[in-house]
Amino acid sequence: MPAIELDHVSKVYRRHGRRRRFATLKSALLTGSLVRHLRPDESFSALRDVSVSVPKGACFGVIGRNGSGKSTLLKLVAGITKPTSGSVRVHGRVSALIELGAGFHPEISGRENVFINGIMLGLSRREISDRFDEIVEFAELEDFIDAPVKTYSSGMYMRLGFAVAINVDPDILLVDEVLAVGDAGFSLKCLDKFAEFKRRGKTILLVTHGLSMVERFCDEAVWLEAGESRTIGDPKRVVQRYLTDVEQTEDKHLAAQDAKAQQTPVMQAPADPQALSDASETQGADDAKPPADMFLAKEGRWGSGAVRIQEVTLEGPGGPAHVFHTGDPMTIRMQVSAAHPVDDFAFGVSIFSPDGVCCYGTNTDIEEMRSKSLQGDGEVVFAIERLDLVEGTYKLDVAVHKRDGFSYDYHRLLYTFRVKSRTKDAGIYRPRHVWRFTDNVRFKEPDSRTDD
Amino acid sequence: MLFNLRQLFRHRALIQILVARDLKARYRGSVLGFFWSFVNPLLLLLVYSLVFTIIFPRAEMLGADVHPYAVFLFCGLLPWTWFASSLSDGASVLILNGNLIKKVMFPVEILPMVSVLSNMVHFLFGLPILFGFLWFYGISLRPIELVWFPLVLAVQFILTLGLAMVLASLTVHFRDIKDLLANVLTLWFFASPIIYPMSLVEGRGPSFMGLPPVGKVLMNCNPFAHLAISYQEILFYDGPFGHWKWLLALAVGGTAMFVLGYWLFDRLRDSFVEEV
Repeated sequence: MPAIELDHVSKVYRRHGRRRRFATLKSALLTGSLVRHLRPDESFSALRDVSVSVPKGACFGVIGRNGSGKSTLLKLVAGITKPTSGSVRVHGRVSALIELGAGFHPEISGRENVFINGIMLGLSRREISDRFDEIVEFAELEDFIDAPVKTYSSGMYMRLGFAVAINVDPDILLVDEVLAVGDAGFSLKCLDKFAEFKRRGKTILLVTHGLSMVERFCDEAVWLEAGESRTIGDPKRVVQRYLTDVEQTEDKHLAAQDAKAQQTPVMQAPADPQALSDASETQGADDAKPPADMFLAKEGRWGSGAVRIQEVTLEGPGGPAHVFHTGDPMTIRMQVSAAHPVDDFAFGVSIFSPDGVCCYGTNTDIEEMRSKSLQGDGEVVFAIERLDLVEGTYKLDVAVHKRDGFSYDYHRLLYTFRVKSRTKDAGIYRPRHVWRFTDNVRFKEPDSRTDD
Repeated sequence: MLFNLRQLFRHRALIQILVARDLKARYRGSVLGFFWSFVNPLLLLLVYSLVFTIIFPRAEMLGADVHPYAVFLFCGLLPWTWFASSLSDGASVLILNGNLIKKVMFPVEILPMVSVLSNMVHFLFGLPILFGFLWFYGISLRPIELVWFPLVLAVQFILTLGLAMVLASLTVHFRDIKDLLANVLTLWFFASPIIYPMSLVEGRGPSFMGLPPVGKVLMNCNPFAHLAISYQEILFYDGPFGHWKWLLALAVGGTAMFVLGYWLFDRLRDSFVEEV
């Protein structure tokens, strides 16, 4: 018999429009519509036809974007709200780590609050007395337990809430993004506690944005999207699908953002040298100045227009993209056109990190290609074999200019791409690398969670 | 509904601890602490005695049998405080505890009950003072009459709880009630025989077609009037408790009120999570 069973569950929240907000008691009484006005103007489906079955002893992960219905799902299982249609069946005692320390009264001591909270969660007074020391020890609050809760830091508050809830000894534990509680040490303790729960054959329903935790910890997972279950099953597969979808959305978002940035700029005369030098001075540039305009970290487009970059597309391994993975190939494709023949020209590309650091910049002149002629429409391709950047959002400059720097068409930070990485390494550039060890240096299996 | 009523009983430990929490938290941080439970009614009594014996000594009142006035006043004032505070606490209790309703599996119906009960505890703490006054002024209590006292308490409890449940569930949807209620309660206070005896009202207003005067009819529609009169007859006045018929009627009415309140609360229960 499954511990949790959701059968074609839908939950519709009513949303009251303007009309309802002004309908106070007076108008309700005047128009005699008290009952009618309690009905919604419009409704919002938080969950749509979701079916989930969690076997006893399993750890089940729920992932999805904000507002996708994860918390609603948890509340339904906890019995806080009822489904609009469908059925929710739960077998066993449930403890919900949804709002830690809900019901703590700020004026009274931690000790008294433990009792109140414990009884609220369904323990008897005796059970709490028996577990009291354990609770306090787990929360690491031995010294403060008799102080009023209002004097606690938010971390202490959460720890106490967590300690009580976890000691309820439920058959089913509902967890909503509570591992952000406390410091690293406490998080580890919470994880240990979850592992212990799992060992003892308890059921865990875990709502989290920590995808690695879902992969490592859960036996099964569901990805909710706008209230519907998109994928359900093996956590690795579910997480992968979710991540792919997140990237696609980001891609669209970045594309829209770039399109907007490219619409606004007007063709300007080449930047005023005076302004440029002023700007570089205010930036406190040292002697070894890069070209002054590098410091004007402002999107825009300028140049004489003798040669124009009509269109720039970024391509990943699978076609046009804005989201790349570290190590992916990246192709920058520029459509250029010159109305009249030009013989002095150079093409340039630079990549900037979000805080304005130039990660890499080059042009054809630097690379000692001497221009000969350009006329009509053409294509320039800058192909990067491996994009070895760490995770982050990067901006791109592309330009065509005279070899002395006079701009034909300069696109300043108009293109955005995002690099994703599974490792959270620091810096900007990731050199390809390997670690080597002699036999006496050993590591645990990569799947063990203590290395995290 | 019956199932839910059983729940109410099942949660008695929770109710008990929440009432205790309310009481503990109320005076936490004040110098007198728990003594406020005794001092508060005394101060209130002092204020009203001052107003009605020194500032407005009404001739009619002096003629009526309300001596000593402070004791008479106390008999009605103490239950009124319980009644009025319960209703105003009850009206906002769901909103104040929104966190519990939205985030935890929590038996919501116990919240209005906790409001009524913790105010009842204050009332009970006031009783020794009241009995002290009675003793001080040499007013003797008849054991036979005192038998009625728990019943009066019970009737007041069930009636207040019923009203509190109605107010609690409606206030979630109409926050206006909170503001309105404060004024309604003030009016209700003056419309009840607390600062004046019922005998003052008996003959008031025109009577027509052999019906009793308007004042008396109106007063009889006021449930708290019967409670106040009952307390006064049991504790203050000599003679047998003559108001028992009204009290029994009120017991029926109060139970009906509770059933209505519970029904309404139960119907709106699912909306609390979304509206609070």
